[in-house]
Amino acid sequence: MEISIGSLDSLPVGEGRTFAIDGDMVAVFRTRAGMVHAVSAVCPHAGGPIADGLADNEVVICPLHQHVFELATGCSRSGQPPLRVYGARVTDTGEVLLSTRVPVDA
Amino acid sequence: MAQRLVVIGNGMAGARTVEEILERGGHFDITMFGDEPYGNYNRILLSNVLSGAEEESGIFLNSLSWYEENGINLRAGIRITRIDRFAKVVYGDDGSVTPYDKLIIATGSTPFIPPIEGTYNAKRGFHQGVFSFRTLDDTRAMIRYARDHETAAVIGGGLLGLEAARGLLNYGLKVTLVHAMGHLMNSQLDEQGGAILKGSVEKLGITVELNAMTTHITGKDSVTGIKFKDGRTIPCDMVVIAAGIRPNTEVAAASGLPIERAILVDDQMRVQDEPDIYAVGECVQHRGQTYGLVAPLWEQAKVLADHVTGANPRAAYHGSRTATKLKVAGVDVAAMGITTPERDTDEFVVFAEPRKGVYKSVIIRDDRIIGATLLGDVSKVGFLTQAFDKGLPLPEERVRLLFDLGGPPAEVSAAEMPDDNQVCNCNGVSKGQLVACVSAGTKTVTGVMDKTRAGKGCGSCKSLVAQIVEWAAGGEVEEDPSANWYVPGVPYAKPELMEAIRAQNLRSVSSVFAALSPGGKEDAKSKMGLVSLLRMMWGDEYEDENDARFINDRVHANIQRDGTFSVVPQMKGGVTSPEQLKKIAEVAEKYDVPMVKLTGGQRIDLLGIRKEDLPKVWADLGMPSGYAYGKSFRTVKTCVGSDFCRFGVGDSTALGIAIESRFQGLESPGKMKLAVTGCPRNCAEAYVKDLGVVAIDGGKWEIYVGGAAGAHIRKGDLLATVDSPDLVMQLTGRFLQYYRENANWLERTYSFVPRIGIEKLRELLVEDSEGICAGLEERMQEAVDAYRDPWQEGLEPRSPGQFKPSLPLLPLPMVPVREVHA
Repeated sequence: MEISIGSLDSLPVGEGRTFAIDGDMVAVFRTRAGMVHAVSAVCPHAGGPIADGLADNEVVICPLHQHVFELATGCSRSGQPPLRVYGARVTDTGEVLLSTRVPVDA
Repeated sequence: MAQRLVVIGNGMAGARTVEEILERGGHFDITMFGDEPYGNYNRILLSNVLSGAEEESGIFLNSLSWYEENGINLRAGIRITRIDRFAKVVYGDDGSVTPYDKLIIATGSTPFIPPIEGTYNAKRGFHQGVFSFRTLDDTRAMIRYARDHETAAVIGGGLLGLEAARGLLNYGLKVTLVHAMGHLMNSQLDEQGGAILKGSVEKLGITVELNAMTTHITGKDSVTGIKFKDGRTIPCDMVVIAAGIRPNTEVAAASGLPIERAILVDDQMRVQDEPDIYAVGECVQHRGQTYGLVAPLWEQAKVLADHVTGANPRAAYHGSRTATKLKVAGVDVAAMGITTPERDTDEFVVFAEPRKGVYKSVIIRDDRIIGATLLGDVSKVGFLTQAFDKGLPLPEERVRLLFDLGGPPAEVSAAEMPDDNQVCNCNGVSKGQLVACVSAGTKTVTGVMDKTRAGKGCGSCKSLVAQIVEWAAGGEVEEDPSANWYVPGVPYAKPELMEAIRAQNLRSVSSVFAALSPGGKEDAKSKMGLVSLLRMMWGDEYEDENDARFINDRVHANIQRDGTFSVVPQMKGGVTSPEQLKKIAEVAEKYDVPMVKLTGGQRIDLLGIRKEDLPKVWADLGMPSGYAYGKSFRTVKTCVGSDFCRFGVGDSTALGIAIESRFQGLESPGKMKLAVTGCPRNCAEAYVKDLGVVAIDGGKWEIYVGGAAGAHIRKGDLLATVDSPDLVMQLTGRFLQYYRENANWLERTYSFVPRIGIEKLRELLVEDSEGICAGLEERMQEAVDAYRDPWQEGLEPRSPGQFKPSLPLLPLPMVPVREVHA
């Protein structure tokens, strides 16, 4: 299922913002390369706010202890468990839609 | 069919040689015979087993499974009695006959047992209570016996005897160390050094008897005492004989091989005139020399392996210059070359401090080190060993051979040590090899030790190995070109980066990436450093991009562990007023601030503020930002100065406020924490600040730079003493601007100042030797003029959702709220 989080304009270029989707906290990033990525908003290391992290086109750095995560895969480059990845796309009218991947467990 | 290789001896030399052979891909069917029923262990560490510092399992170098994995037939517990060099077979004491194509003799040494009456018992070898100290079994037997006996005599005041005496103390024994010579460790130390070592050993509780030739061990059923040549007796119920070692040449002698003091070998480690028999380790005599240390043994093993495998048929051993560094009975000892001067023209540099057990001597001939002894403090052993080995040029001031005079601290020495400097003297591992291993991906100390074998000999270099590995893995490896880059994603050092930015007129972080990074690639890790640099360079012409800022700089507050923020209003010089305090109190109540705390920088911290409340908090406070969150000018701590304090000699409060007013909030490579104090009592801790000002009598002010009292502690260096507050302001401006322009990203002044050097800074900033001061002052003025208080940005967000919460669903706060009790 896809859920709208509003207009692309509500996402500043290069930054992340947090949205609540079905009780999940999702950090959504709009990269300078024009992509939109969505990952779980809480750092698995110590609960840091991922959306507040510095990001580039590939990774985001958690602001608390500088753990690095890939935006596209959620994988950590600093030895932490991965972030969950959500599907994200922008419609022709500029609306950002998030989808949860098919849930693995019931 | 593979050639048959037989090795007699499964000690450190035999096993190490086989390892070297395997490493060269040598194809042999290998059979190893060992006297002892174990795999190969580190004999040097037996003293640690005796003292209880190490478990038996910790000293094994090759476990039994290692032999299996490498297809080696280990015949542990079997002694070879004879070699038939014509039939090319060896005979074992179990009746076995084993043929060989190549034979290696590595029978090591046996303890030297001086002729002392009563040592042996006709029925059982040693008399009850007499021990030698050579094998694991010896060690176990000593431990067992020591547990239920009370007094021990150790015969032999060399390395082994000292270690045995020290180890036995741990079992509650009263220990007497008996030495036939006039001073301890006489083959490594001169008389004075030996005397100081004696003092250190006695402090441990060991009684030392010198010039004591033992002639009798007394006791009918078991030991009751020993008797000296001069007739004196000492009662004891245990005797350890540690009077040195002798090459074990028994098999070689029984088989007709050439022997003098040990088995004679040529430069390829072949037994003289025997093309198929090699010998290695303590049992050999090479060019007249025998060795009792591991370092030469490793060198021999390499040559032997090169030759027997054909990897390098021209490999040759030329003998070793032996330098020892060890910890004996808890005392650091290093010795190399000769122990006392031999000619009138030999230079002899000596330092002795018996009270602290420190002794250092160096013997120099024709400007080269030919001998050195260090006792109690071996910090200079690295350089001395290198200089001794390679004949390095020596400092004109000879005292520098013995001491670091204002030299770099230890962590710098790991960085500055030349790559070919040998770190592990046991296994011959250089700093370069360690660094290479780290670069190849091994980032743990133990991993590097496993791969390089560094620290696997006597273990005394472990801490140095750890330092080097940590240093190498810390992102500052010399071979790594990015170490010099200002930020990791843009391949330029700071000066070149600034030049390119200026030449191409790059005013935003994204434009720097587009123009200067490989492929125009963005790099999140580089953004903060670039923001700082560009703001410093362009002032208000900098093109701000919110996504390049760290979260603290996006919302002008310091992020806390639960995602809330701390807010610190400016409080110049730590001086406040009832109005300010009332306002802060109102805000704290209104926003339900969980904690209000005083900071170390004399300000008030409101902790646990939610991100969405930040703009409202600033508006309600109506105070400027105290910048407690950035890599920037933070605060000027002051004391109450001359207005109130009866000791104050200068108005430190007013000057502190003036400095803070002028330089507030300026971004910099690292934090800038300052202080001004009104007298040398230094209540404002100015000696340990990035820049600290101290008022001294006569209306003068001292300016210290490069101090720190955080993770690093450093007293600042005196930059200048000036006559007026105006000059303090001027020099402060010059120093801060020079630091801003020249320090690396995140390089605090405590590293920057020593890196540049205080003399150099004085020339540049006080004497203006290169004419840069006018420029520094001008650029600092521009930066001051461009300053805008970030809390006055207003309530309008600079970017959509700037203050939108990032984690509202988490239960807040995670930081426990403390109740304040009256």
